[in-house]
Amino acid sequence: MTKGPTTRLRHSAVLAALTFAWLATPAAAEVVFLSTQLRPIESAQKLRSEILKDFPGGAEFVTEQPPQLGVHIRAEQQAGKPVSSLIGALHGELQPLAAESLVPLDDVLETLKDRGLNPGMVEAGKLGTTKQMFIPWMQATYIMVANKQALPFLPAGADINALTYDQLAQWGANIQAKTGKRMIGFPAGPTGLMHRFFEGYLYPSYTGGVVTTFKSPDAVAMWTTFRDLWKTVNPNSTNYGFMQEPLLSGDVWIAFDHVARLIDALSRKPDDFVAFPAPSGPKGLGYMPVVAGLAIAKGAPQAEEAKQLIAYLTRPDMQVKTAKAVAFFPVVKVDLPGDIDPGLKLEIDAVQKMTSAKNALVSLLPVGLDQRGGEFDKVYLDTFQRIVLRGEDPKAALDRQGQALKRIIAETKARCWLPDKPSDGPCPVE
Amino acid sequence: MREPKALPYLLIAPSALFLTGLFLIPLAQTAVLAFQESGGAWGLGNLRRMTDELNFPDALANTFKVVLLAVPLQLVLALGMTMALRNIRRGRDLLVWVWSIPLGISDLAAGLVWLAILNDQGWLNSALFRLGLIAQPQAWLTYETPAALLAAIVIAEIWRATAIVFVILLAGVQLLPKEYEEAADVFGATPWQRFFRITVPLLKPSIQTALILRTVLAFEMFAMAMALGGRNFPVLVSEAFNAQYFSQDYGVAAAYAVLVMTISVAATVLYLVALRVPAEQR
Repeated sequence: MTKGPTTRLRHSAVLAALTFAWLATPAAAEVVFLSTQLRPIESAQKLRSEILKDFPGGAEFVTEQPPQLGVHIRAEQQAGKPVSSLIGALHGELQPLAAESLVPLDDVLETLKDRGLNPGMVEAGKLGTTKQMFIPWMQATYIMVANKQALPFLPAGADINALTYDQLAQWGANIQAKTGKRMIGFPAGPTGLMHRFFEGYLYPSYTGGVVTTFKSPDAVAMWTTFRDLWKTVNPNSTNYGFMQEPLLSGDVWIAFDHVARLIDALSRKPDDFVAFPAPSGPKGLGYMPVVAGLAIAKGAPQAEEAKQLIAYLTRPDMQVKTAKAVAFFPVVKVDLPGDIDPGLKLEIDAVQKMTSAKNALVSLLPVGLDQRGGEFDKVYLDTFQRIVLRGEDPKAALDRQGQALKRIIAETKARCWLPDKPSDGPCPVE
Repeated sequence: MREPKALPYLLIAPSALFLTGLFLIPLAQTAVLAFQESGGAWGLGNLRRMTDELNFPDALANTFKVVLLAVPLQLVLALGMTMALRNIRRGRDLLVWVWSIPLGISDLAAGLVWLAILNDQGWLNSALFRLGLIAQPQAWLTYETPAALLAAIVIAEIWRATAIVFVILLAGVQLLPKEYEEAADVFGATPWQRFFRITVPLLKPSIQTALILRTVLAFEMFAMAMALGGRNFPVLVSEAFNAQYFSQDYGVAAAYAVLVMTISVAATVLYLVALRVPAEQR
């Protein structure tokens, strides 16, 4: 009250100057870690508060939408003042950056020799070059979870760990017949990962491919069957983002999603839920392993610290901590402790069963599409909307969407990736 | 004052610079982007791809449905609220305050509140269930219930944005001279006659402002449709957002932006002409 206007003015000026100084100072010492993974706020916060906080020198974790990553990194480099040092992204997202925007990490790999990094993933980290372009960081995949209340409705003779899509449809139909409710759920909302279900699970299981078989007769049959299955799916599915939420609220009993988007339900109520592999189709059990890698941007302002951060994040204890915190699994040899979260245990067992299934068919994330990845996903989602939600004729819808797919592949010149057979030149849509 | 002529220009210079830098230039860039093909040639390719999009017809129809349903209802409601307020003495300020609350709430927050009311486990379902009116939760916001979804979004929009129309009309009403109405009263006009023959014509400038503002903003509706409808209720702006952020298709996103702008300008011109205010009343 006694302060005159001059004093107040002076205080404000000092405050403004301090704010400005704080804004203008680049968070100098900290490594900027740009990632397309762990984008959900809770995951990002856990990484910051439980894992990065003990890194000497500190690290600033920044997230970016997957299709924007390439634009972001190239923009920083063209501006001549790169900010991000460490990049955390999926295999297919790093691939288009390999040629121009990443530095080789063979020296880092050398120092990590005794970590027992998964050799297949290390090989993938070469990104088609002779040098090591990324170091594996963590892995994940997509599985199914069911409420135990749904188990009595399983079709006779069905083994939940070796389910077929037909049995899944029958299961949903049984529940609907007895309870009057549609209890299967898919993450088909605006923030959901439904496109991965089509790209990594449904298409490979029914057609053995993703791009080449896009409008094959097998695909027509697949969409017709899936449209029938959808009759037992909860209509709120087109609003779901993270299936752990409707599972916990009891809106759905059976759901498909990314392990990190199911963990909350399994951890909170491990006794109420079971986790199990995705179903199989005529061509096998298509599933999509997700490998996230760590790479260093060319011209990175803190390249040395970024290398130390790679070593830090791949330490066995940090890998276990990461699994506990965000439900992405280790890529190095670790012994998971006995006191591990029971929800995480359920997931690990289900993933184990899925990857070791005799008919397992690995499907990779799209490779080589760069910023057109979003348009690629839209092709599958639009096809789903046309055939399943709007009831259009499958063949006509596939022909139409096939045009869009051909255009994207032609413009990016992307070669085929698993499970499609390798191609010389752009992957053909047959 | 030494430079009385330059001073006004100096004073508006910052805002003019601000608008040029952050509004006019991006606007021009967007327009350029919309009519430029990937190779750099000029053409209508982006517009064609926009109209070919799966959700384009729905987005266009949904946007117009919301505007044509919500805006007239908002105008009627706000007029009613303003008129009711003229006859209230006690608690008038409190009422104005309560009615203006939605103005201070962000679109998205309002959308999430309505989502909490209307979803399967929401308050409305719980209330209806307790009252014994429904046997199990009803889904209103799915692709299978387009009419209920549209109704929900229109109601939520009305709740959220009637306040701005109301505030503009209230300001207008307070400036109206009382004499005309008193004269009409003396000559035996009924309340309805006074309302339609005197109040509404005198309020025309305020109504025009409110309608332009409300309609332009309603064409830009996004957060409410996103929160309640998600993928089930595409509108023009949400499709622009999806093209920009998910498909990284900047040309198509710009085409959507230009379309929304064209529609908004057309609506504004329509109001300016239809509700022309005579010069002596301005």
